[in-house]
Amino acid sequence: MRVRVEQTPLPGIGVRHDLITSSGRTVGVVSHRNGRRDLVLYDVDDPDACLAAIPLTDDEAEALADVLGASLMLGQLAGLRQQAAGLLTEQIALPAGSPFVGRRLGDTRARTRTSASIVAVLRDREVIASPGPSFAFEANDVVVAVGTREGLSGVTAILAGEDDD
Amino acid sequence: MHETTILLIEVGALLFALGMLGRLGRRFGLSPIPLYLLAGLAFGHGGLLPLSASEEFIEVGAEIGVILLLVMLGLEYSATELVGNLRASASSGVLDMLLNALPGAGFAFLLGWGWEAALVLAGITWVSSSGVIAKVLGDLGRLGNRETPVILSVLVIEDLAMAFYLPLVTAVLAGVGLVGGLEALAVAVVTVIAVLVVAIRYGGAISSFMSVRDPEALLLSVLGLTLFVAGVAAELNVSAAVGAFLVGIALSGAVAHRATEMLSPLRDLFAAVFFVFFGLSTNPADMPPVLLPALGLAVLTMLTKVATGWVAAKRVGIALPGRVRAGLALMPRGEFSVVIAGLAVASGLEPELAPLATAYVLITVVSGPMLARLPDYPWFKAFIRRRVALSRPPAPLAAPE
Repeated sequence: MRVRVEQTPLPGIGVRHDLITSSGRTVGVVSHRNGRRDLVLYDVDDPDACLAAIPLTDDEAEALADVLGASLMLGQLAGLRQQAAGLLTEQIALPAGSPFVGRRLGDTRARTRTSASIVAVLRDREVIASPGPSFAFEANDVVVAVGTREGLSGVTAILAGEDDD
Repeated sequence: MHETTILLIEVGALLFALGMLGRLGRRFGLSPIPLYLLAGLAFGHGGLLPLSASEEFIEVGAEIGVILLLVMLGLEYSATELVGNLRASASSGVLDMLLNALPGAGFAFLLGWGWEAALVLAGITWVSSSGVIAKVLGDLGRLGNRETPVILSVLVIEDLAMAFYLPLVTAVLAGVGLVGGLEALAVAVVTVIAVLVVAIRYGGAISSFMSVRDPEALLLSVLGLTLFVAGVAAELNVSAAVGAFLVGIALSGAVAHRATEMLSPLRDLFAAVFFVFFGLSTNPADMPPVLLPALGLAVLTMLTKVATGWVAAKRVGIALPGRVRAGLALMPRGEFSVVIAGLAVASGLEPELAPLATAYVLITVVSGPMLARLPDYPWFKAFIRRRVALSRPPAPLAAPE
């Protein structure tokens, strides 16, 4: 089931997004117009009141989003086939003869060249989320990439060592 | 030369004293508005330390203060926000007006005042202070609360309603009678709608006329445009404040954002001067006789504000504690009430009006934010919880609309 995020304008202040979790708790983010944002947690007994409002800097918000995003990605990979705006997810097995076995992810320059992103690597039934540029490939790795159809074809070609440039 | 020297000394000492007062107030969680008003009382005719040379200067400063208060208010809201809000919560706005303006008008008749004074007092009791309330909500960490948008939309509608109310009052006070007042109202309605339409359709174009890159030029051009439009509006008897408000609404995007940042310190300075000036025009000796009526009026209209917040919050499915919070938060009256009373004082209406308005604003603006804290105390929460438990089985979790 899709989660519903409710958006409420706060005239003169900014906007609030909130959602109710399946456990019945409400969490939200108040985005101030001046760029400040607060993570707000709501009271169980009084669902209209926030218990705590935690101000986050840009970096903190980004870090938190990264952490939550990585686990979200794993949770949704199975169901994520066809997304909006022509964005696709594909699992690409590293071919046995790939030039990148034993080399680093950064060497593929896949994102720069195809604008598709490698978001996870599946290895021995393990999921390695958000691999960094220094991540080293091994034989039989399966790469999970997100991008447009052309982008994904590009990544496939790069990993197979079939691209020209 | 001598005159200028005294002016410098007086204005300097005044501003310094205001700064110290503001700091003291912050320590106790008080809005600076009541302190500025008290300072004005102390420095005015019949006060402790009457000012001599700087009164004229302060009068002009006060005029600019009103204009800056209003242009900042306009900058805070975008035209789309105003229209969207009007559509969504018009009924709460009407309820707010009926519940809070009518007691003010009735009270004026009870005191034996004329209908012009009743119109003015209705405005004074109607409008909550968006500045004070926004600050209270932020201080109490309630910006994320689900009843907060309800409070804000009541405030937005009140502020927008001022764009119609102020021209009406200005015209009536200018002595053109009810028909003249309604004419001014019609002009205001047409102007406001035109500005909103233009701002929504071409807001980007107006704003791109001014460059964000050169802060000095932006400051001068926004300030100049505001004062100019305010002056023209005053000349047309549509109230300078409303002209400034409309300039604020017409600007949008990056220009509005930067202008807000740059005008804020100016607004703080001149708004302080404005509150002092209003205090100056009130003789402290006139205060004691009106204290009791002011207290009665304050209690009555604070209760009607609680009812307003309660009903408005109930309408969007907020639970009992949230309704109480919304009601209590709406109580403080502030800058607008003083602006309205200032118009009446300038036209020489009802001599008791200024001391009554001063006392009324002092009472609500001091007690309102304190009472707004009530729902945060454990005993109050426990009390509400008991009431909820008694009245019905536990409410299901509020679902998003």
